[in-house]
Amino acid sequence: MNAELFVFIIFAVAALAGAVALVTARNPVYSAMGLLLTMLSMAVFYVLMDAHFVAVVQVIIYAGAVMTLFLFVIMLIGVDRSEDNEEKIPFQRQIVAILGGGLILLLLVAGHGAWVVRDTGLAKVGTIEEISDALFGSWMLPFEATILLLTIAAVGSVALARYEGIVRQVPGPASAVRVPDVEPAEPEAGGER
Amino acid sequence: MTVTAGWYMALAAVLFVMGGAGLLLRKNALIMFMCIELMLNSVNLTFVAAGHALGSIDGQLAALFVVVVAAAEVTVGLAIIVMVFRKRSTASVDELSGMKG
Repeated sequence: MNAELFVFIIFAVAALAGAVALVTARNPVYSAMGLLLTMLSMAVFYVLMDAHFVAVVQVIIYAGAVMTLFLFVIMLIGVDRSEDNEEKIPFQRQIVAILGGGLILLLLVAGHGAWVVRDTGLAKVGTIEEISDALFGSWMLPFEATILLLTIAAVGSVALARYEGIVRQVPGPASAVRVPDVEPAEPEAGGER
Repeated sequence: MTVTAGWYMALAAVLFVMGGAGLLLRKNALIMFMCIELMLNSVNLTFVAAGHALGSIDGQLAALFVVVVAAAEVTVGLAIIVMVFRKRSTASVDELSGMKG
């Protein structure tokens, strides 16, 4: 048993365990920790596949920035409201199990013929030099497009965060009064209408 | 016995389906969002594995672009979730049925 196979098996188990924790944990913080485990295992896989720069990006952006953002929002929203177990769609779990199992089976059977099953010996090492040569060469236009995308996302999230309500013209005093458009607490309908 | 790209792709397929199952099962909007992240991550793994097997750097670049798009998506999505929580004080998607006919 060589070292690569050994590392792969360990971190494949870790990634699967993290995914299971993400899907099954009741507490959202535990879900986030499971996702973190999966993302760090993926970084290890990238290192195994000589994609060093992508591995660094994975750790810094995903495991660092994105998961921190998730944990902040979990902190903001609160973890104490556990989901109720009742399902509105009958047999939801069973349907998901059948669909998921079928999809896994389909993917593995369909992929078995197409996936690479031997070492091609073509591998390139993903150093920063290689990546930047391609990024600022043939991938220049998509790279520029991400600037636009990130700007739109930043502006959009700031606009959402600062949104306070619609300014409505209220008859009477000749000034626009800011009316917070929080709906009056609607009486909870007892069930389906 | 060497680890080939097919192994990574099989693992990525399993992780993708688990993310999709979580998306269908859970009701907390945050956890559904994290399941989407898991699916994007598994696709990244497939990209890098294919690029590794084909001797091309483009797989890693595609993975980088997916990371960028996912970061932008997380920013906007979390802002929307926080705003919905401020207005309706719930993050459960079952409660957010205001648009049903």
